[in-house]
Amino acid sequence: MSSHQISVTINGEEHTREVEARLLLVHFIREEVGLTGTHIGCDTTSCGACTVLLNGVPAKSCTVFAVAADGAEVTTVEGLGNGGLHPVQQGFTEKHGLQCGFCTPGMMLTSKALLEENPDPSEEEIRWGISGNLCRCTGYVNIVKAVQRASELMKENSDG
Amino acid sequence: MIPPSFDYHAPDNLEEASRLLLANPEAKLLAGGHSLIPMMRFRLAEPAALVDLRKIPGLSGIREEGGSLCIGAMTRESELEKSDLVQSRYPLLADTTRVIADPVVRNLATVGGNVAHADPGNDHPATMLAYGASFVASGPSGQRTIAASDFFTGPFSTCLEDGEILTEIRVPEAGPGSGGAYQKFERKVGDYAVAAVAVQVQLDGGRIAGAGVALTNVGLTAIQAGAAEAALVGSDGGDAALDAAAQAAAAAADPTDDHRGSADYKRAVVRVLTHRAASSALARAREAS
Amino acid sequence: MAECRGLGHSVQRKEDARFIRGQGRYIDDVKLPGMLYLDIARSPYAHAKITKIHEDTAMAVDGVAAVITGKTLEGFKLAWMPTLMSDQQMVLPVDTVKYQAQEVAAIVATSRYAAADGAAALEVDYDPLPVVVDPHEALKPGATKVRDDKESNHIFHWEHGDADGTDAALAGCDTVVEQHMHLPRIHVASIETCGCVASWNPVEGHLTLYLTTQAPHAIRTVVALVTAHLGLAEHKIRVISPDIGGGFGGKVPVYPGYVLATAASVVTGKPVKWIEDRSENLQADSFARDYHITAKLGSKDGKVTALKLDTVADHGYSDAAANPSKFPAGLYHIATGSYDLENAHVSVDGVYTNKPPGGIAYRCSFRVTEAVHAIERMVDLLARENGEDPADFRLRNFIKPEQFPYQSALGWEYDSGNYGAALEKAMDMIGYRELRAEQAEKRARGELMGVGISSFTEIVGAGPSKTFDILGIKMFDSAEIRIHPTGKAIARFGTKSQGQGHETTYAQIIAEELGIPPEDIQVEEGDTDTAPYGLGTYASRSTPTAGAAASIASRKIRDKARKIAAHLLEADEADLVWEQGKFHVKGSPDRAKTIQDIAFAAYTNHPQGMEAGLEAISYYDPPNLTFPFGSYICCVDIDRGTGQVRIRRFVAVDDCGVRINPMIVDGQIHGGLTMGIAPALLEEISYDADGNITGGNFMEYLVPTAMETPHWELGETVTPSPHHPIGAKGVGESATVGAPPAVVNAVVDALWHLGVRHMEIPMTPARVWDVLNEHGAAATR
Repeated sequence: MSSHQISVTINGEEHTREVEARLLLVHFIREEVGLTGTHIGCDTTSCGACTVLLNGVPAKSCTVFAVAADGAEVTTVEGLGNGGLHPVQQGFTEKHGLQCGFCTPGMMLTSKALLEENPDPSEEEIRWGISGNLCRCTGYVNIVKAVQRASELMKENSDG
Repeated sequence: MIPPSFDYHAPDNLEEASRLLLANPEAKLLAGGHSLIPMMRFRLAEPAALVDLRKIPGLSGIREEGGSLCIGAMTRESELEKSDLVQSRYPLLADTTRVIADPVVRNLATVGGNVAHADPGNDHPATMLAYGASFVASGPSGQRTIAASDFFTGPFSTCLEDGEILTEIRVPEAGPGSGGAYQKFERKVGDYAVAAVAVQVQLDGGRIAGAGVALTNVGLTAIQAGAAEAALVGSDGGDAALDAAAQAAAAAADPTDDHRGSADYKRAVVRVLTHRAASSALARAREAS
Repeated sequence: MAECRGLGHSVQRKEDARFIRGQGRYIDDVKLPGMLYLDIARSPYAHAKITKIHEDTAMAVDGVAAVITGKTLEGFKLAWMPTLMSDQQMVLPVDTVKYQAQEVAAIVATSRYAAADGAAALEVDYDPLPVVVDPHEALKPGATKVRDDKESNHIFHWEHGDADGTDAALAGCDTVVEQHMHLPRIHVASIETCGCVASWNPVEGHLTLYLTTQAPHAIRTVVALVTAHLGLAEHKIRVISPDIGGGFGGKVPVYPGYVLATAASVVTGKPVKWIEDRSENLQADSFARDYHITAKLGSKDGKVTALKLDTVADHGYSDAAANPSKFPAGLYHIATGSYDLENAHVSVDGVYTNKPPGGIAYRCSFRVTEAVHAIERMVDLLARENGEDPADFRLRNFIKPEQFPYQSALGWEYDSGNYGAALEKAMDMIGYRELRAEQAEKRARGELMGVGISSFTEIVGAGPSKTFDILGIKMFDSAEIRIHPTGKAIARFGTKSQGQGHETTYAQIIAEELGIPPEDIQVEEGDTDTAPYGLGTYASRSTPTAGAAASIASRKIRDKARKIAAHLLEADEADLVWEQGKFHVKGSPDRAKTIQDIAFAAYTNHPQGMEAGLEAISYYDPPNLTFPFGSYICCVDIDRGTGQVRIRRFVAVDDCGVRINPMIVDGQIHGGLTMGIAPALLEEISYDADGNITGGNFMEYLVPTAMETPHWELGETVTPSPHHPIGAKGVGESATVGAPPAVVNAVVDALWHLGVRHMEIPMTPARVWDVLNEHGAAATR
């Protein structure tokens, strides 16, 4: 029954709240902080719609207690791009890597982390990398193309 | 699906963690949470308290020391995937971690959690049995080392005593002529195994001097297939030996019919995977000779 | 003038701007002041008498404000609600539950967490009753009766075609194949589940319903009809369908949760939110398929002549299928498919069982998938029985291009088609003859590979008002376009996108017709207070109906624009020539007025005697359905050790008529193909003998990831629909309909030499291995 004061930095802004121990991070982000770009698609840690970057790595925020994220840095879709568009966002729209948009925030955050670790992934590596995120609309082909496009854009940016 | 209420503790040392566990018989340890939290969301687990290990220093990391590969219990699966040491010298472990759940889950799921949760569908238990690994546990009466073969006592149960905490996994250090492989057959990415087989071999000259064979999700616990190991040891690793080992492994499996297939099917898959894993393990061992 | 980028342009999607920034507004993002949360307690039994609901156990939980039971609703005559198929469905049971996971009580609380605690705490006493799961068992005399209010478990018998003629034709065939097949229960599993926020204003007597619905207007009417006795009226009901995270047919029905949230809002006087969990979504929302088909197909001298389908349809405890009212088995009678055959008869017997109600589409147009599966499997079998390659057999038996419009034996008039061209293109793309040669070599080595074809014909765009209605409302759809003085526009539609990209596609249709660039056109759907009435988006009907309405409304605007242009150019209307975006005087291209000039004049300088403004509305009643088609070829390899089927290549040639936005069309096909292979290989919801569900969460209901999904290879042919204003046919579902039999045919092809003639779906590794083992072909390594 315990409640705890926690501070979580989301997209660079620190949020301090008193929370029940059982509050899931995804509900902290959506309900307490009001950032609704992070979605919920299942109850078995399967779909990845709730994926955020937790201290830089993709994590399913439905399977983290907010209290255990005390002191953590979280990036959500709202924190991508810093005002402009992140290359991953650009890639997803250019290559039609989204349809209903529901899995998209999680898919983009996973893709961002994938590209930071492997700037030039093969199709197989991309498919492997996003295999913890379900999409029901796109059939993944255009998501692969979107990540490849983002990879090009990131290279252009770093060359430029 | 909303988990039930509980008291949350995040001690910064093992002694305090043990004390909290002893003081709260209904408490559970929280590591990566990727087995426990889904069970709590379905209210299949309703612990009165959680003791989170995240603030306790020294529980994560991968290093070779004293003849072992030492893996801190709180080491994330993805750290194994990214470890050059694991990838280059411990192919059985590298194979295993790569097929646990999915890439995002592996960023938080811990090796210790996968072992200590003792779900017969978890992948590390068989791997640790095949390696002949040992587990370091810390508890009220100090620290002890437990052989993997003594550790798993039943589905979701281990020989850990009340208040005892798994802190480290020790895999025998890879030497020349050693190699291993994990073959998992799953219905899709993220699934538990229909069946999986871990094989670790040690070559001496052209012969197999030592072998570990263990099976995932075809019994109440991970199963060490002693007869399969015996079929390999002393052989040249030829087809006849592999076939014999594969048959022995299938005989050691004790699966049940379920939506992943019939018991007969799973036994057949164990046989096939044992052959494939042994063949791959031998190839790697020869390469490492 | 900016390039208008109408038809044929891969315009970037307008809707993406908000989605890629996390600014979509989905149902769970709707938060109203003072809002309460509703959770649902569900039955652990498939059939049981409720002896007592201990409401106090839930009320004792902190934050719980109300517990609603069937008895509560009975007081408002809301315990049952009508289905679209003239049956009744429980909102909450008064005394008996009929399937596992059925709603038993609603708990309303001040937070999501408290509501969940209340649902978990609620104690209910049950007396379990005998369960009937198998529809064939349910039809036997003495079977456990699912519904006390019905005479038996037999819901309906429906048949179509000439029974005697078909039997006679089959008797005269030299070759007849017969096969039983089951298309099991599956679930659309859109990544967003269903939910609603109901907000009742007691002072105004006004209800606002935010709802995950593909058909907001129809829902508003249904709500008005079923609550009229409580004083609600349609002008006081506003349904808002926000951004929808995937629909695929699963968001067509009215679910009990919606009614419960509404009732809870009325009872508490506060807004109430209900969002279902994934497990609830899979266990209780409408299923698709569950057809047990016995098929016979016959040929004489190598020519297909007669088809007979007898079908047992498992509807669960209520017939809550989402079909046009006159079609209890949907458009199942498209079953003669792409083949020119003269005799056909189909029958369907609907059956009650202790399972959830439903019968929705899973991304198809009203049971077309079942029909296509049957005919495409049977044609393959018949080809083999005739000793002919399935591709050659198809090419010979297709309806020929010159036969269109084609009257099918089951009464449809196919609008247009060129089936041979699509199959030949697919064969070229995949290298069909080369694959056959490779297969022969591999077979000699003991390796299993197979090639399967599916040449489907879809039937979409429901539909012409003479035959198509839902609860009497004709299945037209609508577009309302207003051109602003500065030449920008707003367009509203009776449909509702769930990811299909309507905001872009519709804007492109209007751009094509009026020459206004897509980015200058604001497209809106989903708010019943603002959008014109329409029947919604499902069955690939948006482009055939509302898309056509966009064209017609645009043309009405163009007609008025011509009059204004004549006034501005001081020319005779008859002398004006329209070229995209402007009128010029015949022979004087420089004497021209753009649509933007004309729009400005419509508000500032319109001719005397003409009303100001430039807008139009169209309620489009299509003269016929459209019949998209295509040919798919799938190449599989089978692991003899594990039974695993791997799709090595999959070529899909689609003909959906004129393509508006090729990028969006390809995306629709990619997604459809993925939802096509899923039931063929992975997805199934099944029940044990006690009616316990398997596959009721995402651990067990196997939605494909990127790793299970092949790299789709697409091709196209274009055969315009002759009756659609821009020749488009609709494309959202073709691939889901066409893909499954291609995969099954490929697997059966791989195993044909072993004596295998059929595979049921999903073709799981375990099922394939069983077949290999039975035929002595399983490997041990």
